[in-house]
Amino acid sequence: MPNEPDRRVALAAYAVTKRFPGVVANDNVDFEVLGGEVHALLGENGSGKTTLCKMLTGMYQPTAGRIEVDGKSVVMHSPADAHHNGIFMVHQHFSLVERLTVAENVMLGWSLDGSRIRFKRRKAEQEVARLAEQYEMPVDAGKMIGDLSIGERQRVEILKALCRGARVLILDEPTTVLTPQEAERLFASVRGLAKAGNSVIFISHKLHEVLAVSDRVSVLRRGVMTGTVELGDHAAAVDRKELARMMVGREIELGRRQRAARAQEAATAGLEIKELVVHNDLGTLAVDRINLNVAAGEVLGVAGVAGNGQREFAEAIAGVRPRSGGEVFVGGTPVRSGRPLAALAAGMAFVPEDRMGIGLASGIDVAENLVLKSFRTGAFSRGPLIRRGRVVDNANTLLSGYELRGGPSSLVGQLSGGNAQKVLLAREMASQPKVLVIAAPTRGLDVGVTETVRKLIAEAADSGTAVVMISEDLDEVLDLADRVAVMSGGRITGIVDAEGADVEEIGLLMMGQEQAA
Amino acid sequence: MSAILPAIPIRLEKRTERTPSWVQAATPVGAFLFAFVIVTVILLAGGHNPLQSYNAMLQASVTSTSAISQTLVSATPLLLTGLAAAVAFRMGIWNIGGEGQLYIGAICASGVALAIGAHGIGLALPAMILAAMVGGALWAAIPGLLRAYLNANEILTSLMLNYTAGLLLDWLINDSNSYWRDTSGASAYLVAHGKTIPGAANWPAIGGGNFSVPFGFLVGLVLAALLFVLVRHTWLGYQLRVTADNPGVGRYAGMASKRNFVIVMLLSGAIAAIAGASQVGDFTHILDPTGLQSPQYGYTGIVVAALGRYNPLAVVISALLLGAITNAGINVQSATFPQSLTGVIEGIILFCVLGSEIFSRYRVRVGAEKATVAA
Repeated sequence: MPNEPDRRVALAAYAVTKRFPGVVANDNVDFEVLGGEVHALLGENGSGKTTLCKMLTGMYQPTAGRIEVDGKSVVMHSPADAHHNGIFMVHQHFSLVERLTVAENVMLGWSLDGSRIRFKRRKAEQEVARLAEQYEMPVDAGKMIGDLSIGERQRVEILKALCRGARVLILDEPTTVLTPQEAERLFASVRGLAKAGNSVIFISHKLHEVLAVSDRVSVLRRGVMTGTVELGDHAAAVDRKELARMMVGREIELGRRQRAARAQEAATAGLEIKELVVHNDLGTLAVDRINLNVAAGEVLGVAGVAGNGQREFAEAIAGVRPRSGGEVFVGGTPVRSGRPLAALAAGMAFVPEDRMGIGLASGIDVAENLVLKSFRTGAFSRGPLIRRGRVVDNANTLLSGYELRGGPSSLVGQLSGGNAQKVLLAREMASQPKVLVIAAPTRGLDVGVTETVRKLIAEAADSGTAVVMISEDLDEVLDLADRVAVMSGGRITGIVDAEGADVEEIGLLMMGQEQAA
Repeated sequence: MSAILPAIPIRLEKRTERTPSWVQAATPVGAFLFAFVIVTVILLAGGHNPLQSYNAMLQASVTSTSAISQTLVSATPLLLTGLAAAVAFRMGIWNIGGEGQLYIGAICASGVALAIGAHGIGLALPAMILAAMVGGALWAAIPGLLRAYLNANEILTSLMLNYTAGLLLDWLINDSNSYWRDTSGASAYLVAHGKTIPGAANWPAIGGGNFSVPFGFLVGLVLAALLFVLVRHTWLGYQLRVTADNPGVGRYAGMASKRNFVIVMLLSGAIAAIAGASQVGDFTHILDPTGLQSPQYGYTGIVVAALGRYNPLAVVISALLLGAITNAGINVQSATFPQSLTGVIEGIILFCVLGSEIFSRYRVRVGAEKATVAA
């Protein structure tokens, strides 16, 4: 064992309040981070986690209350002030220069010896290598960032902070971009950092991660700190539902979908995919001869690490991207390649992973986004003119069950991610589709909206829709899907039943090892 | 390190709610007024009395019916080229070719007027407008198609075609014995010039006494209303708005985005060409290469469109404003108001209006963050 960890308070916020016009983002929040601990900060989107961290890193100043570093009250006006105090944040979007090496990135705007002019490459590389070894975060200091995996890039971000004397590291949703294996390695690194006496604030929505890595958990809800829980060695004993309740203030169902009732429907043809071949935007092969059948009423989960052809796969089925080969049938009828309208007419609904990128027009209001696929029906037209009244009525009808913040005239770009996903789902489900292709259904959404989305997927399946759910979140896939197809390198490497699936086996399939026939 | 902060912090906060409509309207107005503050400084620096200069401007442009009529004359081409630019830019299509499309419109309209003008205004006027629109649309189709199907940058291609169209104008009148050139009589070869169109093809001005509204201005007003309806209240306009906002969404929803791109280009080119037809029909009655090229109506139209935030109805107002300034420049050439100042004013106005965009997207807060804000 290393030295007894430093258990003094390293960084704290006391009675901190932050107000924005019309909103109290943090209300009288107390938050203490001890030296040598991993402290998870849990909360829904909009609960004030980001605001709190921005105050801890000098990007915002609290309206009231104080921030202490090592027991001394400090006022920080910029991230540079926070760095001065040893507080660093690793954001979800890395700030690395792809065409510079690891060592160059670590030293960017920084210097080991105070020299502002000369960059001592060898010295920098040695220092980076030393830190990488010390914290068991292997990375080649001479490599270009552009040649590194996402997990390695994240390590570079952390090393960058450590090199500059970080004692408190704030990791903002660090695992969203990682494979399960990379996430495991990150957890090990985080534990190592804590053991060496550093503090880590770990921001996450995902309960199982929080339980896996943290010493303590603090939960924020609507800007109020609802409690701090000591996990200690009893992580397994802490009730996941209890933490979830602290987050959303009500009991939520995170359990598995009931699958029993629908066995008799399984024979009906839903979606058939034969020998599908798709190329990506750069013209390289993205989907390589995939065959799949999804019965009406079935949820087929497609698991896999992002970038293994899932996006192209989904877009090609939905008709948004042309196929290079193969056929797609909806309810037995063939669908032409690269024709979104043909797919729509056949009964296809598509919720893309890139919601604001292709699913919704952010500068257009909610009501008009909701008729994106139905405006041609004539129900909303008088000659060439828009019948605005009917468009608004349609929006009110579709959104009645969704608790949307904002009305039909709100711009979609001004909605939160969760509300945008509700608009997208409301539109896609409005046509009572035969097939629903839904990618990254709950990515970036808070627990409350996640629950709504999961319920909708289950309801869609129950009403006889064939659902293809593409997600990187394996837990979610296992909770919702009947079968799990694992995608790697543009191929389906294996299909397993979700019930009683072996996670280790799925992990191996994700890494490209094909299932034994 | 920490104490380097301004004494009075000014912060920009991104607006999370929809920008209130009064802010959207007040922003360009405020920018316009601010531009005149800068102009005042420039006038003072140049040793002019700003009050005298502004007084001269007002007298030339707004304080009498004849002055207003003159302003409308200046505003007419700006309104049409402004609408042409607004409809394209609003849809995210950077048609810089209004200038060349205007020349082509003038060539087509004067050609038609020379051929059939004698048959009377009832035939000549619609024929001139139609011919101009077809010519302008075809001219604009070149960059439109190149962009839609070969991904050639429309900014560059439409700009280059302006020079091409200008050279075509010069060639028709100065360097050839074209149909447009006056080749009768000795004077025709002393100074090359175009044939005058038949009097029956002169566009009527509406009004009485010393107040008159050019026909082209009325055409512009009607177009402004039609474009407003097209963009806001038709499904074609809806598809154009969606595609402009996010081409990916257009593709996802099966909209023919390439076709829509070309449609907007055609429309924009046709409208800019009407400005050329109006120059011939309303004002000059001949094809005059210098008179068409020197005012740069096509480029000023971009300023007009930006000032009106690409809203067709607001473009009417901005065209009148810039028309008044241009008119002042033409008619008050004196020590108190040098004509070159109009270009300076237009430039400063554009600069201020584009710069003021930030106020509609962000909220500006001055002073320290207050501890008490009503929740």
